[in-house]
Amino acid sequence: MIDSITLTIDGKPVIAAPGTTILKAAASAGIEIPTICYHDYCTANALCRLCVVEVEGSRVLVPSCVAKVSEGMKVSTSTQRVIRSRRTILEMLASTVDLSEAPEIQAYMHEYGAQSERFPEAEQRLSPVLDDNPMYIRDYSKCVLCWRCVQVCAEDAQYTHAINFSGRGFETQISTFFEKPLPETTCVFCGQCVAVCPTNALKPKRQWLLEQGYSPDEIMSLTRTERRRRMRRETAAEQPASGGKS
Amino acid sequence: MEEIDLAPLQPVLADLGPQGRTALLPALHAAQELYGYIPEPVAAAVGQALRVPLAEVYGVIDFYALFYREPVAKTVIHVCGDPACGMAGADGVMKVMSQQIERHTVAGQTHASIRVERVACLGLCEHAPALLVQGAPVPKADTQSWEDLVSGKAQRPYSIVGGDLNLLTENCGKNRVTNIDIYRKGGGYRMLEKALAQTPAEIIAAVKSAGLVGRGGAAFPTGVKWEAVAATQSQIKYVVCNADEAEPGTFKDRVVIEDDPHRLIEGLAICAYAVGAHKGYIYIRGEYTLQHLILKAALNEARQAGMIGQNILNSGFEFDIELRRGAGAYICGEETALFESIEGKRGFPRVKPPFPTTHGLFGKPTVINNVETLINVPLILRLGAAGYRQLGTEKSPGPKLFCVSGDVVNPGLYEVPFGVSFRHLLEDLAGGMRPGHKFKAALFGGAAGAFAVEKDLDVRLSFEDLRAAGLTLGSGVITVFNETRDMKDILLRLGHFFADESCGKCYPCQMGTQRQYEILQRIAEDRALPGDVDRLMDVGWTMTDASLCGLGQTAASAVMSAIRHWPELFEAHQTTPQGGLA
Repeated sequence: MIDSITLTIDGKPVIAAPGTTILKAAASAGIEIPTICYHDYCTANALCRLCVVEVEGSRVLVPSCVAKVSEGMKVSTSTQRVIRSRRTILEMLASTVDLSEAPEIQAYMHEYGAQSERFPEAEQRLSPVLDDNPMYIRDYSKCVLCWRCVQVCAEDAQYTHAINFSGRGFETQISTFFEKPLPETTCVFCGQCVAVCPTNALKPKRQWLLEQGYSPDEIMSLTRTERRRRMRRETAAEQPASGGKS
Repeated sequence: MEEIDLAPLQPVLADLGPQGRTALLPALHAAQELYGYIPEPVAAAVGQALRVPLAEVYGVIDFYALFYREPVAKTVIHVCGDPACGMAGADGVMKVMSQQIERHTVAGQTHASIRVERVACLGLCEHAPALLVQGAPVPKADTQSWEDLVSGKAQRPYSIVGGDLNLLTENCGKNRVTNIDIYRKGGGYRMLEKALAQTPAEIIAAVKSAGLVGRGGAAFPTGVKWEAVAATQSQIKYVVCNADEAEPGTFKDRVVIEDDPHRLIEGLAICAYAVGAHKGYIYIRGEYTLQHLILKAALNEARQAGMIGQNILNSGFEFDIELRRGAGAYICGEETALFESIEGKRGFPRVKPPFPTTHGLFGKPTVINNVETLINVPLILRLGAAGYRQLGTEKSPGPKLFCVSGDVVNPGLYEVPFGVSFRHLLEDLAGGMRPGHKFKAALFGGAAGAFAVEKDLDVRLSFEDLRAAGLTLGSGVITVFNETRDMKDILLRLGHFFADESCGKCYPCQMGTQRQYEILQRIAEDRALPGDVDRLMDVGWTMTDASLCGLGQTAASAVMSAIRHWPELFEAHQTTPQGGLA
């Protein structure tokens, strides 16, 4: 069993353990490769393709978040081909969704000289804000379809399976069963999807209300009914015969 | 919501439930047959019976174009809108039908009893303009009366087959299905018998030395694939036939299944024996309903005759085949997306590596081959590897099926040895251009292909010659265009196809196919913007270089080929954008 692999990344010799991804090997050598869908605690799906690199001998570009290092591999992380792909992906993304609350992606746009108005007359993926529960809102106009929320809701963390997809292609969207409101699904409001969302498409409800200009007091009163209702429900469930307290 | 009676569904769920998630598409097909669509309580019952989370049931229903989550009309008509049918007048057919429906719709009716949808290529290109009425194929729809169309009385089309050879197509084009008796009278299943008397290694060696490569478009050496799966230690292995033919312009697999289904079954059984698999799947595209029934009947005949099942031909070898239907998703022709679909999931392609030979269907070593690839196998055993190599060229041995459609006198399926010239196929076999017209171009390899022009007429049809000419063989599609054709309209149809069929998983293809389509729309409407060619090239190269699977990697191929041949089509007409971003 080989215990270390030597490869070159951007001309630099790098030593990595077998099974290491190109992304991690590059990071260990101080070379940063941009990513959007990748998350350390989620299964890497190689779908945003921002992390593509050129590997000598490969016909197409290689997603560094899943491709493993191999002996003698020659990797280039910022060739013209790589940069064209990254820049175009970012430009297409900016023409499709609202990136105003995705500072990391904005920083990449700046770094790669991506123009947010590169694609005129482009159809955007617009969707009304879904405010169907007291815990968080879903603003899918900001959703970049990184799949992290779907993954943590399923096998990557919670095994709740409350959300999946609707549509396909450009029309793909994150969705519950027949687009039901979250309280009618298996959602347990664990908040993990909100925590891994990279663009603020998922946001705690109170944060959202604050941003809408409501004062903390107003927010308390706005969500009071919901809290009361919840309390009543819980009490009723505990004491079904007595009819509950007021 | 109206009450839904779940009682009729119970026998289906009792039958399929124990299989779990893999039975999701079969269960949804069955449910839709019962209810006409998939109502929410039905979807929930299916999910519970198969133990699939409800959100994922919904995800699957909404991925496949042939599943409806809302009531649809009693009769659904699918009109093909891709190049061959488009040129033959599909848009006119669409228009006439929409008018007829309006005329026949009773005022106040909540939903019409007939619904017309424009869909991607139906694989009936030699019968253009073609459509499906409740799944039943109708040829030359422009010549049919409205009454015949909606009553389903229109005559089903029979395949049109010709060529220099009839080795693969000996039973095709005869206006009949070759049943097992006819097939065996002509020597059918003798090669399976011969194979079972040899060692698996001998068969693999024959397939390798015959030089057979995949006919689905990727041209991977078949024997190498088989050898890799045969070499794995896994107790469970699978063989899968990819019959999800959907590349615009392709109809060869449809003809083979429709006319000679046993040849495919024999090929798949030999493959299973060679690699040591006991279970096989044939995944046929959802639109091929007639062919699904033909294949289902043929599998029953083969089982009864002992050609599949236990102790095949007294050899002790056991192998059976399960037939699966797709549900309207071109992407499921991508091998790993096809596995996902059989497993009851959305047809998202997987990241490769690992490859199917080690991690295929249900994570097991799997051989997946195209229909045409598999029917070459009995032929190799019959002729011997050396005999087989007598056909074709040194680097592209054997016979090849070409699907010729568009502006030729005789569109149809042609079997030729590799290496004949394009001119021979076009002029001698397909009858040349229709009278009064000249050749302008031909699309080789389908939507994912490239355009051949006049200078390419004498190119030899082989992998090596086409590659050298910057063309592609793909799945054997040749769609021919005369001098009157508006190539911008053809490109728009191809752009529409990819935007419609992208699965949405990886960013380059998910957004690139949409942006490409939007720019092609501007170009088709003569309102291209300055910079649109650069945009097309950036989007095209990004899809080609960075997409996750073959769909995205080839989604710009025809467009970029057109930019090379006819740059004048893409010239800007406006100086400033009309809308711009909000």
